[in-house]
Amino acid sequence: MEITVQHHKHCDLLAIKGKVDSFTAPELTKAFEKTNDEGKFKIVLDMEKLEYMSSAGFRSLLVGQRNCRRYNRGEIVLARVPKKIMDALELTGFTPLFKIFDDVTAAVGTF
Amino acid sequence: MRTAIFSARFAELESIRQFVNHAAIDAGMDETGLCAIEMAVDEACSNIIEHAYAGMPAGDIECICENDEHNLTIVLRDHGQPFDITKVPDPDLSNVLEDRKVGGLGVYLIHQLMDEVRYERMGEAGNILTLVRRLKSEP
Repeated sequence: MEITVQHHKHCDLLAIKGKVDSFTAPELTKAFEKTNDEGKFKIVLDMEKLEYMSSAGFRSLLVGQRNCRRYNRGEIVLARVPKKIMDALELTGFTPLFKIFDDVTAAVGTF
Repeated sequence: MRTAIFSARFAELESIRQFVNHAAIDAGMDETGLCAIEMAVDEACSNIIEHAYAGMPAGDIECICENDEHNLTIVLRDHGQPFDITKVPDPDLSNVLEDRKVGGLGVYLIHQLMDEVRYERMGEAGNILTLVRRLKSEP
């Protein structure tokens, strides 16, 4: 799994590539924490190149969202979620917890 | 029938997913089923590593894949402590972010993705988890 970070004026864009399972999910959690430690809580997660995500990844998303939304200081929004990952997010009732966008520009524009 | 033994470590999950994926392709599993198998087996093995082998020296997970013309059956054996996933309560799927608990999601997914989930405790010999999925998904 790889995460690249781009700083935008009003948010950070995290592009995630590869597979997130119980082995790699801590890296995703760390990436959110690092962004938060820099005082930034508005995050777009670009999932276009994400090949696989298990419930360990969903837990990272949930904890990250909780930290970002605290005190209304921001949120994580999802962009370009692959179909099979979207299906699993829906199955676990995760989709109402995130704004989900078909393209990155719209996602960045939300902030 | 295909059998493989993996070390019960999170780093092995990728190899375990590949192993069952190949078995499922050879069995003629449809695309929806392939994703389901990959995810359910990952979640089951993650639970074995995290719960059955909790606080124990790392053991192993034996994975046996077998199919007939209708179903793929995957048997996961470990030598850890009893961990009956069929007794795990459903997770909190409420949409209230602050209240939502983070556990139990994996087990919930396994039940949603598989057509049949069976657990047996074999005394000191460990746990046997059997996952069955039809080769052709229902529309």
